[in-house]
Amino acid sequence: MAAVRVEAVLAAAEEQEAEKRRSIAVEKELELEYDLGNLLAVDRNPPPAAALRGAGPRREALLRALARDNTQLLVSRLWELPAERAGGAGGPLVAQLPEPTFRLPREKPPPKPRPPTRWEQFARLKGIRRKKKTSLVWDEQAKEWRRRWGYRRAGGDPSRAWLAEVPAGADPEEDQFARLRREKRERVARNELNRLRNLARAHRAGSAVPAAPLHPTGHQDRDELRHVARVARVSTASLGRFQPRLPKESAEPPSRSGGKKRRFEPLLGNLAAERSRQLELLRDMGKKKPVLDITRAVNKQMRQEEAEAAAANKGKKQSKRGKRGRRQQRPGRSGKKSGARRQPQQQKAAGGGSGG
Amino acid sequence: LIYCYRKPKTKRAKRFLEKREPKLNENTKNAMLIKGGNANLTVTEVLKDIYAVKKPFAILYKRKNITRPFEDQTSLEFFSKKSDCSLFLFGSHNKKRPNNLVIGRMFDYHVLDMIELGVEKFVSLKEIKNSKCPEGTKPMLIFAGDMFDVNEECRRLKSLLIDFFRGPTVPSIRLAGLEYILHFTAVDGKIYMRSYKVLLKKSGCKIPRIELEEMGPSLDLVMRRTHLASDDLYKLSLKQPKGLKPKKKKNISHDVFGTTYGRIHMQKQDLSKLQTRKMKGLKKRPAEKSAEDGGATPKKLKSA
Repeated sequence: MAAVRVEAVLAAAEEQEAEKRRSIAVEKELELEYDLGNLLAVDRNPPPAAALRGAGPRREALLRALARDNTQLLVSRLWELPAERAGGAGGPLVAQLPEPTFRLPREKPPPKPRPPTRWEQFARLKGIRRKKKTSLVWDEQAKEWRRRWGYRRAGGDPSRAWLAEVPAGADPEEDQFARLRREKRERVARNELNRLRNLARAHRAGSAVPAAPLHPTGHQDRDELRHVARVARVSTASLGRFQPRLPKESAEPPSRSGGKKRRFEPLLGNLAAERSRQLELLRDMGKKKPVLDITRAVNKQMRQEEAEAAAANKGKKQSKRGKRGRRQQRPGRSGKKSGARRQPQQQKAAGGGSGG
Repeated sequence: LIYCYRKPKTKRAKRFLEKREPKLNENTKNAMLIKGGNANLTVTEVLKDIYAVKKPFAILYKRKNITRPFEDQTSLEFFSKKSDCSLFLFGSHNKKRPNNLVIGRMFDYHVLDMIELGVEKFVSLKEIKNSKCPEGTKPMLIFAGDMFDVNEECRRLKSLLIDFFRGPTVPSIRLAGLEYILHFTAVDGKIYMRSYKVLLKKSGCKIPRIELEEMGPSLDLVMRRTHLASDDLYKLSLKQPKGLKPKKKKNISHDVFGTTYGRIHMQKQDLSKLQTRKMKGLKKRPAEKSAEDGGATPKKLKSA
């Protein structure tokens, strides 16, 4: 009697074990977030940190159990998707995945629609629409359907044309074959020119927007930042005319041509300014002391030459003489050179005065 | 191709250029796996295993490349342009940063995000001796742990890992072929990546019971430096073109419960002339009909 009961209890326990092993139910505090298009599931439940701290097989077992639970939930969701048998009755069961919802950045920026070419603009204006052409044309001479252009085209091979009629008003001595070849070359060149013009126009239109390349933070150098700041200043409705300046920004507006074009004062303008300028010039010409500050000029020249030498000798060993040695070599030589270099045209007299 | 100043002269060249130009629906992202100047055995093994996982959408460079991703990104950008890869994994090793992996992605051939991870423990595919799943299986991805949402860096890391291991986007999938799962657990500032092979067992109902078998590379990662894109650059990269949005059909609306409602616009109908179901019992008898008309239509008399 007792044996039978014990057996019954054991059998029941074993059945329960089997039931648990086969069950697909998983208990979770917070529901997982699913993105079935990417086969992705995100579990926000905090994992048992204390148990996972100790390294070893226990951690692996815990991680595996966690993974098993999460996978079970994800697979249950995937099995609930609408499925069908691909390739007939005996084929594999295939589920239709929805669109992925997790937003991931693109690889490249989306393609920009190219601006219409000159012909396309004209056609749109006039309302001309594309005529659908048949791909094959009936060739009367060959009595069959031939291509419109390309290999074995309908009009016969143009390179083997043995007859070229002289048109009505043309010169009888002119070589017609040469004329045909020349005209074809001209047509091809004109087409290529127009294609390149359209490309250039499209390219210019695309770069009219000052798309300053936005580098990730930490890699913008001074020139880039200056450029971006300048672009930002001009991007207001009044083109930056009433924008307050930043603390260390320069006062005068930067010229658009970058300082290449020379600007001259008007001839009959500010009489007072002209008078003061001429008086200053005369004053400088009559001074006993030279206008040029020799020491400053020499120092500037030395620094410049040092910088050039450093750039040239990058990677090579620096000379043993060092800064002091190099400095002592310079003054005599550079004085005259800098004097000659730093003389602006107006002060020929002063230069003559100091040299003489 | 539109902006080619030199037109491609062969069909093959044209196809090559068309594959690389920006498109509405993009190609699957390729990954390039690069060894640094001082890569050691562990890091090389990691790169080889990840290459095995990501085949055929990965390129493993055999030679060592002496660059530092965090200082100078030009050489990475050059590689990306040459091989048309927008994901990269750079492995190196030095005393200050042992077993270092830099995982990153590109936008328009410029570096978008880069995150440096340290490998603390690595178990490779070769060390676990059991059968593996076929190459090119689309893996299931699971991220566990609330640490992935705590700060921006962890969120970007999650997005990067999804981007890296996602594989091609497919419209439908064979349910028996869901064999591979990558499980990322974030705990205590560490990220445990484990790969398992999925075994579908019989359960009582239609949905199978899952048993997992440890299979592939398993990594214990710790996050080191990061180099994330600025917010506006990231937003720019997330922007999808308008052509991709599904066209909204007019006059169709959906209920919360999933019921689809349609709206039909009808012309004005004359309700008295409406064709309804004929009930023979309600039919007017001839006597009643003549009474209604008022006898206005008498029977026609036969002319004699």
